[in-house]
Amino acid sequence: MMEYDPVIYSRILTGVTLGFHAIFATIGVGIPLLIALAEWIGIKRNDEHYRLLARRWARGFVITVAVGVVTGTAIGLQLSLLWPSFMEVAGHAISLPMFMETFAFFFEAIFLGIYLYTWDRFKKKIHHWLLVIPVVIGASASGFFITTVNAFMNSPYGITVENGVITNINPLAAMFNPATPTKVAHVLSSAYLTSAFILAAIAAIYLLRGNQHVYHKKALHLTMTVACVFAIVTALIGDLSGKYLAEYQPEKLAAAEWHFETTTEAPLILGGILTEDGEIAYALELPYALSILAHGDPGAEVIGLEEFPEEDLPPMIVHYLFDLMVISGIFLAAVSMLFVIMRLRKKWNEHNKPLLWAILAGAPIALFAIEMGWFFAEIGRQPWILNGFMRTAEGATTSQHVDLMLYLFILLYLVLAVSCVTVLRKMFKSNPVEQELLDRGIE
Amino acid sequence: MNYELIGITVLWTFLYGYLIVASIDFGAGFFSYYSTVTGREHIINKVINRYLSPVWEVTNVFLVFFFIGIIGFFPSTAYYYGTALLIPGSFAIVLLAIRGSYYAFYHYGFRGNRLYKFLYGATGLLIPASLSVVLTISEGGFIVIENDNVMLDYGALFSSFYSWSVVILAIVSVLYISACFLTFYAYKARDMKAFEVLRGYALFWSFPTILASVLVFFALNQHNPVHFAKMVDISWVFSLSFLFFLGAVYFVWKKRQLGLAFIFVMLQFATAFFGYGASHLPYLLYPHLTIYDGFTNEAMAIALIVAFIAGLCLLIPSLYLLMRLFLFDNKYVEGRK
Ligand code: HDD
Ligand code: HEM
Ligand code: HEM
Repeated sequence: MMEYDPVIYSRILTGVTLGFHAIFATIGVGIPLLIALAEWIGIKRNDEHYRLLARRWARGFVITVAVGVVTGTAIGLQLSLLWPSFMEVAGHAISLPMFMETFAFFFEAIFLGIYLYTWDRFKKKIHHWLLVIPVVIGASASGFFITTVNAFMNSPYGITVENGVITNINPLAAMFNPATPTKVAHVLSSAYLTSAFILAAIAAIYLLRGNQHVYHKKALHLTMTVACVFAIVTALIGDLSGKYLAEYQPEKLAAAEWHFETTTEAPLILGGILTEDGEIAYALELPYALSILAHGDPGAEVIGLEEFPEEDLPPMIVHYLFDLMVISGIFLAAVSMLFVIMRLRKKWNEHNKPLLWAILAGAPIALFAIEMGWFFAEIGRQPWILNGFMRTAEGATTSQHVDLMLYLFILLYLVLAVSCVTVLRKMFKSNPVEQELLDRGIE
Repeated sequence: MNYELIGITVLWTFLYGYLIVASIDFGAGFFSYYSTVTGREHIINKVINRYLSPVWEVTNVFLVFFFIGIIGFFPSTAYYYGTALLIPGSFAIVLLAIRGSYYAFYHYGFRGNRLYKFLYGATGLLIPASLSVVLTISEGGFIVIENDNVMLDYGALFSSFYSWSVVILAIVSVLYISACFLTFYAYKARDMKAFEVLRGYALFWSFPTILASVLVFFALNQHNPVHFAKMVDISWVFSLSFLFFLGAVYFVWKKRQLGLAFIFVMLQFATAFFGYGASHLPYLLYPHLTIYDGFTNEAMAIALIVAFIAGLCLLIPSLYLLMRLFLFDNKYVEGRK
């Protein structure tokens, strides 16, 4: 058994909670947009299939929101319980966006409640659609605000530290720090992408099972088009994130790329292993690619790990996390683009089995990419909790029994995950699409 | 008023909001489960579900608002309470998580699952009990600080008469507030059978509530005489609270003016809660932390207050819309929509 160290257990518990919350948070940010799109298309084209899509998605969405809300409440409290010293500092500098995030939730929660219960209460359908707009805005705004907090942890701006005490605080500068633009954009676009794939996978399952109803085809078409757009956007912003890193956190980028020496014309390393004496073996090298990722110029100089003191470097494992995220991103972009192209070409059948299988696989892969991305971002920031200001170990609690709490929470998340999946399955099984189409007199 | 006072007033107001809406919600969950067990489910469940379904998520946000806000305005609370409360705090999180999710699973997923209903009914009473521990601890005497290490003295906490009296007060008030609200709601829905049952609950829990309040009052005298003396200085506030209580019970008894009766209940708790809070000042944690030494910097304080005002401008109209559509729309309340 390892010796009890509250820092280690706090890190694991934070990782577990956030890793679990991230799934529901991502869905929570992305799905409202798709619901809004579907209902809007349904109204514009006067096509009840799309409205039913929105309605059924919304019904499932409530279940995932519930888990998102409770795990979010958990992480909100846990940050103070596990990182009291960090939160004391963060409270001074970055509590503004956290505070505003709660308003965004509030706003979203109110309108989600109204939206769900007013499907048939308005004479004009478009009035009901208007109610989903605040939900979309609230969800994305909460993603925006919380991500600025994380951006601040990576590049703390707007504060000055004198003798270990923070002075001269500018809350807006802290919120809009250099990491904010790329980080926020990347998180939001990847959430839309992931949500689109999850909903597409549901349609793909039906089509694979031989159900050829046009309802599922419409669903697939809508979600794949959205996915295609955001796959491209996510990759482009990911590239910008690389440029941000090169400028502000070069050690994180260098660790992600196992880039040991500062060089020009730096190659990008994919996969591989590190040998005993620190050499890279079995890796795929893409010449110039790292220089392009870092500075958009194949000849540019990229700073290597040698320039940093050993104790300031993140663990080298982040390389794999980064690669896995990027490979997943490429896969998602390829699949969604293929679908859109095949659809445009009238002769090709975009509902062929291999493509449907790839779409189905896309849902877990997208979630996996989200996890890898966050783990990369967070582990890559180590040993700092506040980059350059406070080390992770200084921020942690000194309490006993963090280990017991870790087991307690793992148990909780297992129970929640199982119940959530069971409930969702039962919900849609007991009320199949065909039946609901008949019940509502659509067919 | 200085920023410190504005900050704590805003937060205390939100906590008061949580006290009311969460009590309604927790109590309703319990009554709903209790009625299933006693076979009276069909009578009152319709009323409870109609009210609860659209608002459950809003309740939780009040709590989140409070604990995020307090770290914004008083960052040092994160240090003291965060370190000391790891275990009780984690248990509260687990209870909140179970309640929130099983509530949704039950109502949107599949109704009729008794286990789910039990989970959210029972946790509804445990949550107020576990959250009330924070107020108990704030009175001092339970936190030990040894070479920069903050620790909670569980022995003292579990053997204290004061802490148990607070737990009892928390539970009975939840049932009382909730029953009074649902009585009013059932009356508006013209569901007379449910109304009779719920009115019975409201009257039943009124006496224990006032008894428990008196108990806490005197237990505090033993535990923290300084705070007690300050409460005695403003005893008129607590007398006022008692008058509101009498008014509320009178109207429920007479089956008249039920809306006003519930407003009296809210005022009863508002006066007691703000009286307690005001006399607690300037301490956030006796005797270690006051609102003055734990306060954030001025720039952040101003930013938070501006954000707060802007937020309210957004929220109040939205809440008004929610209430108009569900709480005060007679057709909806009566179940015709
Ligand atoms: C509000 C800020 C915030 C946000 C948006 C995230 N995290 Fe984080 N995370 C923290 C705030 C934080 C933290 C509390 O500040 C930690 C504790 C230690 C550290 O360096 O930062 C942390 C650590 C941390 C660790 C431990 C890293 C280590 O110590 O080696 C993991 C694995 C994650 N996080 C995972 C995630 C995931 C999967 C996220 C996606 C939702 C995520 N984090 C978003
Ligand atoms: C990975 C970044 C995160 C994203 C994209 C995100 C997004 C979300 C979303 C969409 C919800 C559901 C809200 C709703 O539908 O009402 C949610 C809930 C919540 N999240 Fe996160 N979150 C993230 C990380 C965090 C962190 C680090 C915290 C801690 C400060 C946090 C605190 C909360 C809280 C307190 C809730 C519950 C709010 C409520 O009661 O309504 N989240 N989050
Ligand atoms: C396809 C090319 C992609 C590239 C080049 C890329 C690049 C990056 C980079 C450089 C970071 C680190 C930013 C930082 O640490 O501050 C990052 C983080 C992240 N990525 Fe990607 N990414 C790609 C695809 C994806 C995909 C497909 C997803 C999810 C569906 C995703 C989700 C995330 C998340 C959630 C983070 C953490 C948030 C952040 O730190 O910005 N990424 N990505």
